[in-house]
Amino acid sequence: MATLVQYLQYLLNGITLGSIYALIALGYTMVYGILKFINFAHGDILMVGAYTGLLTYTALLGDSTNPVWMLTAFFIAMLVSMAFCAALGMFIERVAYKPLRSANRLAPLLSAIGVSFILSNGAAWIFGAQSRRFPYPFDDTPIVIAGLSITPHQILTIVVSVVMMVVLTLFVNRTRMGKAMRATSLDQSTSELMGIDVNRIISMTFAIGSALAAVGGILCSFDFRVYASMGTMTGLKAFVAAVIGGIGNIQGAMIGGLLLGVLESIGAPLLGIPSALRDTIAFAALIIILLVRPEGILGKNEREKV
Amino acid sequence: MLNFFQLIIIYAGIYALMAIGQNCITGNTGMLSLCHAGFFCIGSYATAIICKTFGLPFWFSLPVAALASGIVGFLIGVPTLRLKGDYLCIATLGLGEIIRNIATNVNPVGMMSVPRAQLFGYQFSSRNKFTFILLIWFFVLIAYILFRQLAHSRLGRAMVAVREDEVAAASNGINVTKYKIGAFTLGAAVGGTAGCFATAYTLTVQPSSFTFMVSVMVLCMVVLGGMGNLLGVILGAFIIEFISYFPQLVGLSSVIPAQASQIIYGLVLVVMMICRPQGILGRDKYRYGDPRSTFSKLRDAVKSRKGGEVKA
Amino acid sequence: MRILETQQVSKIFGGVVAVNKVDFNVEQGLVNGLIGPNGAGKTTLFNQITGMDVPTSGKIIFDGRDITGLPAWKISRYGIARTFQNIRLYCDLTVVENVMMGLHFKVGAEPFRGRFVQAVKSYFNARSENRELYEKALSWLEFFNLEGLKDEFARNLPYGNQRELEIARAMASGPKIIFLDEPAAGMNPAETEHLMGIINRIREHGVTVVLIEHDMKLVMNICDNITVLSFGQKIAEGTPEQIRTNPEVIEAYLGKEDD
Repeated sequence: MATLVQYLQYLLNGITLGSIYALIALGYTMVYGILKFINFAHGDILMVGAYTGLLTYTALLGDSTNPVWMLTAFFIAMLVSMAFCAALGMFIERVAYKPLRSANRLAPLLSAIGVSFILSNGAAWIFGAQSRRFPYPFDDTPIVIAGLSITPHQILTIVVSVVMMVVLTLFVNRTRMGKAMRATSLDQSTSELMGIDVNRIISMTFAIGSALAAVGGILCSFDFRVYASMGTMTGLKAFVAAVIGGIGNIQGAMIGGLLLGVLESIGAPLLGIPSALRDTIAFAALIIILLVRPEGILGKNEREKV
Repeated sequence: MLNFFQLIIIYAGIYALMAIGQNCITGNTGMLSLCHAGFFCIGSYATAIICKTFGLPFWFSLPVAALASGIVGFLIGVPTLRLKGDYLCIATLGLGEIIRNIATNVNPVGMMSVPRAQLFGYQFSSRNKFTFILLIWFFVLIAYILFRQLAHSRLGRAMVAVREDEVAAASNGINVTKYKIGAFTLGAAVGGTAGCFATAYTLTVQPSSFTFMVSVMVLCMVVLGGMGNLLGVILGAFIIEFISYFPQLVGLSSVIPAQASQIIYGLVLVVMMICRPQGILGRDKYRYGDPRSTFSKLRDAVKSRKGGEVKA
Repeated sequence: MRILETQQVSKIFGGVVAVNKVDFNVEQGLVNGLIGPNGAGKTTLFNQITGMDVPTSGKIIFDGRDITGLPAWKISRYGIARTFQNIRLYCDLTVVENVMMGLHFKVGAEPFRGRFVQAVKSYFNARSENRELYEKALSWLEFFNLEGLKDEFARNLPYGNQRELEIARAMASGPKIIFLDEPAAGMNPAETEHLMGIINRIREHGVTVVLIEHDMKLVMNICDNITVLSFGQKIAEGTPEQIRTNPEVIEAYLGKEDD
């Protein structure tokens, strides 16, 4: 039986993991909110973001060991990666999803699976099957407070995620663009009649979602390393988080992400099962929530009208 | 070269069985399921356990594999099939991952050197690929005939009704839940038999090989060939397997990286969805103006040939 | 004779009372109209009777049998068929296949007992069974003058034919009652006239008709008795003559006169 401190430690690790899930889940949920389809390629955009970040960071850093420049270079790399992924996301939408907007619901989903294959295998081709370590941009010695150890990269992860989520919430709730986005997700054709350029909003949604995925990809590569298929499992888990929170709902994705992270971290020791079964816990949570409350924690229940 | 060609035919056969199962679920009944890798896994393990651990003959493991994955399919189906579309897709995906996750944890090293399948003292070995081709395609043919008969019967039509409109189907007295669970269980059982043949061929079971990608590949076969069209689905299995072994087939596996085939396959999916979403062969065109099933056509054909011989 | 009656049936969605303690009676062999302004709860009542919705309270008795809250497929097998306000055909199937679906559970005598055995039999006798169903479906298409379109895909049919096909599919299931949810919606006068003929022929066929409709001319001409709903409540019931002159009905439709 684990002690209270150990549980607090699991909780802390869970929150770190969960905030990454939340960032990635936002992309899924925003796209689902507007286009009503699961963007399976989202997980692979995360991987592209991690690679772009890693390459930019190592290129910028060179041989420098200056701590200030290390941190600056890290943030520059993050911005570069966000921009690149935003562009990639918009490009993918234009090429692979836009022609399918009027097709049946299966078509874009399968197209997304195709894109996911292209991205993950393309990366495996270019970068090889070897996984790479993302170097910490600072000294990652854990800080121990009352038996609870917290590493600087965990602090960074939580801070960056919180900042991103606050910015996104403000953007969606306060700006004209954000309002247009919410309107489009409620009713596409009416928003079009109200003079909203729906195509632009959809592009924008993909750009924002992909940029957030890039951040999520960089942050999770501290713990999981960078490799071509890293996006598959993380992406799936983030999707689970989005569903748990209520797909299409931005606050829901954040709550769902945190909840899933914590559940995964605490679940195994709490139930006394090997931690290798944490994926099972995540998916079991998904199935339970789908059966008990299919619309998720914050989702609206949409009944089919007869 | 010939060797690889035979390999493609064998794997196409194994995957054709999987695709026939997936077609029953997705093509006919319209449920987007992504856990065929899980059924494949259960079928493979069932065979390995029956043949190796219990030392029973392969032919005994075949129905056990079908039954085991059918039962798992049923157990998965009962709670999840009330979910619709995307949600069902995620739930089944999650269940497929759970099956693999449990398999990797219970049996991380997999199972090696499973005894070979035998028929009247003949051993099916991977060295003689030709007999294996006969074995696997014989069962593909059986599955084809059985499922074609199903598709063209009242039951198959009810499945299609469920795919087209669940509310209307219920108003026509069709018990939607029962048909969904039935189709799911059947599809799962066929997926299990595919796993059984895969084990009989490779004689090993690797728990890490039953990834989500396998499920996606099977779904691709169904989509590529034409949903609900059995011949199309088998064609799809051929094409996908051909693409994955193409580099080895032309002897360029050292030049073309292994990922190339997977990239092509992603491209195929995207292009197909945009240009021809109904698949290569499209929907099954069956006209009730001539309501004769393949089964009976075959029977008639055999009869008339026999009749001819007698006369001669 | 009453073939179907609802006893104090209510439906509450969240805080909204869509149907409020309605006693709706259907007389056998007649055309029963159900009218009322938009949002009066007509379709909700239909959905509850046909099993698409479960009543919050109250009872539904059909043919002496309590069918409250049974699943739609079961109710359908007892002999209640319906059409939908927004047409629900099997779009990717042909016209004749659509009607064959209506015949789905007519195979075998009993609607419930021995269905599994029936299913196995159907599987092995698909050919002869298909031929039989096909013939039956064709005769229903002839009944509705649709036989010329039998191999068209349902999605390609003109709107009016789609409505007719939906009625044909419902009739194929051999119901005791058929519920028609706004069958004349979106039809021009000529098509409505044609529909009226169809409804009359259904009645002559011995099937009770329940009709939701906004087209007053159609309702007044064809219905034998009419029930009026307003804001979820039954406000009147009677012959077309009685309804036409009922002050409450006039008020529900036109609003209260200012003094």
